[in-house]
Amino acid sequence: MKRRLAAAGLVIGLGASISAQPPPSARDSAPIDVTGYWVSYVTENWRYRMVTPAKGEYRRIPASPAALPLINAWDPAADEKAGNQCKSYGAAAIMNVPGRLHITWQDASTLRIDTDAGTQTRRLRFVATPPNAKPQPASWQGESSAQWTKTAGNEGGSSLRVVTTNMRAGYLRKNGVPYSEKATVTEHFDLAPLDGGGQLLLVNIVVDDPVYLNAPYVTSPHFKKEPDGSKWDPTPCSSTW
Amino acid sequence: MLIDLVALGEGGRRTAFVLLILLLGAGRASAQFEFTGSWGPIGTEDVQNDSLPVDYLGLALTDEGRARALAYDESQKSMIDRQCQGWGAAYGVIGPFGLVASTQTDPATNRVVSYTIDSWEDWNGLTIWMDGRPRPSQYALHTQEGFTTGKWEGGALAARTTHLKVGGFIRKTGVPLSDQAIIDWRFYRHGDVMTVVMIASDPLYLVEPEIISKSFRLSPRPLDYRTPCVPGYEGREPGDDVPHFAPGQNPFADEFIQFYSLPKDAVLGYRETLYPEYRKKIRATYVPPPPCKEACGQAGNFVRRREN
Repeated sequence: MKRRLAAAGLVIGLGASISAQPPPSARDSAPIDVTGYWVSYVTENWRYRMVTPAKGEYRRIPASPAALPLINAWDPAADEKAGNQCKSYGAAAIMNVPGRLHITWQDASTLRIDTDAGTQTRRLRFVATPPNAKPQPASWQGESSAQWTKTAGNEGGSSLRVVTTNMRAGYLRKNGVPYSEKATVTEHFDLAPLDGGGQLLLVNIVVDDPVYLNAPYVTSPHFKKEPDGSKWDPTPCSSTW
Repeated sequence: MLIDLVALGEGGRRTAFVLLILLLGAGRASAQFEFTGSWGPIGTEDVQNDSLPVDYLGLALTDEGRARALAYDESQKSMIDRQCQGWGAAYGVIGPFGLVASTQTDPATNRVVSYTIDSWEDWNGLTIWMDGRPRPSQYALHTQEGFTTGKWEGGALAARTTHLKVGGFIRKTGVPLSDQAIIDWRFYRHGDVMTVVMIASDPLYLVEPEIISKSFRLSPRPLDYRTPCVPGYEGREPGDDVPHFAPGQNPFADEFIQFYSLPKDAVLGYRETLYPEYRKKIRATYVPPPPCKEACGQAGNFVRRREN
């Protein structure tokens, strides 16, 4: 018992000594390295990702009754005309759009994800927005707060957790299955080794939407790491393809 | 025993702090999450691909793998000697059910010896040996469930399955997995969601690994899928021929293609169809299917509805 008390005292004393120093930045303390070029490896949900599904189909998406009129009224030409051709490239959908990611550190506390499909940019911020900051207008990629999280016990094992809100209403799939501006996207980024020295990036995505979903919509697209950006091929948003 | 913190100096204090943290952690189990329990399927991802007989979307098959898949007739499972054969290890994630995981410990040391995931009627379950036992000889018995060892790695449970038996499948529609296949598994847990990643490699039937990631949610109620398989007469007499399709004669080869206006090389599992470049290739020729008229919104059998 005495030993435990002494140990506790030691922890408090040493902890106080160390906490006087500024904490390392998110970049410096990154427990996993997700930067680089990654390519979608579409081995699941192929029919919903690689081609545009039929109008009116929303299998596997727990759409609410409020979503059905919108699903059946999907009009890609009208979206295009209204300048909304990026509706299926928003943060709730973009990681499922086949393409390449380029992940870099924009600064010490912001991870940046560029996509060649739809030429979108996501900024994952590790520093909380000040409470007095001017509210930002909703956007396709919304506002993403990021943190490194421990996935397991005392040996380590970490993941990148990202929560995104303040998105413009968009589509979960190309054929107009909607999510609303009230949706929240929670993602976990994990790495796994592949044979031959390769690396797999797994993104577990949970979309919650009190308006157009009856239940969380969960997907987990994965990406293979590429050695460089030689296959990077930016293509603009399309409302039909 | 108290330590003079001042005398240690800043560098010494840091070292002591690290050592102390290590000491306090010593003796606990290594990095892990609570793996055991009942994990219900979430059902919002399309990983089964078994609604129609010829659907090899998302696979990179060798020519031999494709030929064997096209030769498969699902009536084989009506043969009394094949009814309880099971679908092989991969069916744990491509099947429709949840996972019921438990731990086996050594009664003397209380250390984890293995984890098991319970079987279903048509799946033989999975035992993940965690005790560092060696993998058996390549000539050892091969089974539908194979031989699996595991370890905790970077916060995930990582496991590898070998010793799979000839006659296993990577798709329930007859896409084969050979006895040379290797399946690597990783189990990640984030809150009450566990995501299982299956990476299946097969030098005989796959050009590139088949990677499936499927999420499960911790169930507040125990799940139990352990229905025994009971074979019975299903119209096939002992000694009948094994149902199959001769090369080029699978009557269902075009069914899925026509139903959803899909490109043939994607449905038949060609490698290039797994990468984004393929979308650009087919963009000019792809004709979308007509609007969906029926069964347009089945969200999967196991999607949990929000409780209002």
